Amino acid sequence: MDTLLVLLPVAGPVLAAAAAGLLGWRPAVGLAIVGSAVLQALSGAVLAARVLHGPALTGFGGLLRVDALSAFMLLVVGTVGTLAAASVPRYLAEEQAEGRGSENGRRLFAVLLPGFLATMALAVVAGDLGVLWVAIEATTVVTAFLVGHTRSRQALEATWKYVVLGSAGIATAFLGTVLVYFAAVHAGHPTLSWAALSAPGTHLDRGVMRVAVALVLLGFGTKAGLAPMHAWLPDAHSQAPAAVSALMSGVLTSVALYAVLRYLPIASAAVGPGLLRTLLAVAALLSLAVSAALLLAQRDLKRMLAYSTVENMGLLALGAAAGSRLAIGAVLLHVLGHGLTKSSLFLTSGRIHHSEHTTRIEEVTRLLARRPGLGRVWGAGLVALVGLPPSSLFLSEVVILGAAVAAGLVWVAAGAAVLLLLAYVAVARHGTGMLLGGEEDEPAETAPRRDRWADLPGWLGLAGCAGLTAGAWAAVPLLSAAAAVVTGGS
Amino acid sequence: MSGEAFTQALDLAAGLFLLCAVAVLWRRSVRALVRLLAVQGAALGGLIAVLAAHSTDAALAGVALGIGLLKAGIIPWLLGHAVGGHRADAETESLVNVPASLLAAAGLVALAYVVSRPIVALDPSPALQTAPLGVAVFLIGFFVLLTRRRAISQAVGFLLVDNGITAVAFLTVDGVPLVVELGASLDLLLAVLILQVLTTRIRRTFGDTDLDGLRELHD
Repeated sequence: MDTLLVLLPVAGPVLAAAAAGLLGWRPAVGLAIVGSAVLQALSGAVLAARVLHGPALTGFGGLLRVDALSAFMLLVVGTVGTLAAASVPRYLAEEQAEGRGSENGRRLFAVLLPGFLATMALAVVAGDLGVLWVAIEATTVVTAFLVGHTRSRQALEATWKYVVLGSAGIATAFLGTVLVYFAAVHAGHPTLSWAALSAPGTHLDRGVMRVAVALVLLGFGTKAGLAPMHAWLPDAHSQAPAAVSALMSGVLTSVALYAVLRYLPIASAAVGPGLLRTLLAVAALLSLAVSAALLLAQRDLKRMLAYSTVENMGLLALGAAAGSRLAIGAVLLHVLGHGLTKSSLFLTSGRIHHSEHTTRIEEVTRLLARRPGLGRVWGAGLVALVGLPPSSLFLSEVVILGAAVAAGLVWVAAGAAVLLLLAYVAVARHGTGMLLGGEEDEPAETAPRRDRWADLPGWLGLAGCAGLTAGAWAAVPLLSAAAAVVTGGS
Repeated sequence: MSGEAFTQALDLAAGLFLLCAVAVLWRRSVRALVRLLAVQGAALGGLIAVLAAHSTDAALAGVALGIGLLKAGIIPWLLGHAVGGHRADAETESLVNVPASLLAAAGLVALAYVVSRPIVALDPSPALQTAPLGVAVFLIGFFVLLTRRRAISQAVGFLLVDNGITAVAFLTVDGVPLVVELGASLDLLLAVLILQVLTTRIRRTFGDTDLDGLRELHD
């Protein structure tokens, strides 16, 4: 029974993918994909209730294992997955109506998208560092053709960079995993189960683990889009179809960071907390600096969102570097808030691309006047993204910075605050230009909106993000239990 | 297999393994690169077979056969397919010339020994003493990946990285648990399939698999 419950979030999307493979793209398949994402969120909630006051659930001899942290991440994957999946039927229907793409292309899209959800769920319910690695590498495999779905020259270039850099990066994490196993075998515990490896008294060899931890951070950091390994991210996230960008930016990067979080207790036990925290703090500052600079100079709105993801990953790395229970709790809250906001914005960017036929920032003007519905959801999304209340990102950013100061990373936190402010200015400037800027005498288009429900997933994501601020207190027990998994103690 | 013969066979296989990686830096024709990759795959299979013979482990011998088949047979075949007849013997362009590349390789091998010191220090067994060569191939793979401009050559670099890791895995701990090994091999196979499809599409769109054509995305 437990095994079944743990397997459900992986099996649901796999079944939806199988249905898509058999039937090809059709509305019923779209419904099945959305349903499988809802199922992931629901099973996340049920599992959270189970593990909050009980022991972790395991399946397949410990290969799968769900604790509070896994359950929380399942909730993130499921909720953002639902929003992204809900936008897919419209996207594929428009593609079909406009005579782009092919029937087989759409079938592949409908198979790979739930496959993507399944691999992310597998990554967060894996109880074994090896299975975790296999699942994260599998996300690269399933997303490759999703990124390249439109088959344009740019999409092809983005896919190539993504697959080569992503696979080589993640291979580095595999070498790290192998070395962890080597250290474990030498310490007399031939296992890759992290529950066993982070237990006190494991005595993994210090020297080997130092090398392993650095390799693991390099590898999963590539996938998380942390600078300086972020080069592929703006290309892939800006060229992928909106629903795929939403999932990659909103969840996949966080799933990769989750892998790093899983290594924190193991690294702390083996080499002390210093090494991984220093590396994370360096990556955090680099990511914030790179993204602030490129946000200021940005000319493409999807690339702007992508660099904002690099910025947010930097902030999350800072929280992980602080490492206290409060910091990790805030990191998790930020993961959910950022996932909802960023996916909402990417979905809206897809609508903008569709109606304006461009993603150049300077070519999109007076959006609020010309397309009020689209303009409002885009504006609200940007306000939430820069972390103005009631966005939950405000709460989590403040707590992460505070926790970093409390952990002694005063200068890092100060630098991060300045860089966050720069990014804020950049996004606000681009945003006001798009919403309000441009020539006044331009004729106001009053094109009738073909469908008032088109922006619904976007609004739902933002409502979730705002609701999270109010509901954060209710999530505290789960956040706290999940953070305790990383920091140890109860 | 007795101690002396085991060490010699191991060193032979590992030496051939490293030599192929260095030769990749030296050779420029795409077809030669794919052939070198096949030879290296065979050397890797041989390396694992030697380990299996030493520990008389039938399961490990099976793994050696599987990995040899995958890395000396299937993957080079897929890559060769991607090369096709299209300018297959063309020189691949590199950002670094051959003497400098070879010098860099020497540096990377030295770096590999430095990085692997804590690993080698754990156990004086001959297999573990050979592990730095796997790390060296891993590093040389990254070097190829970063300095070559042609799509196929980059794929070869990625596969060198992967071969290096596989070698380290078997030289240190007789491989990772079977589930992980299977998953990793499957992921690798799929990644290579994707690369193959992509090179075909790149050639169809850009006329050649030279990544210099891929310069449209930037800030």
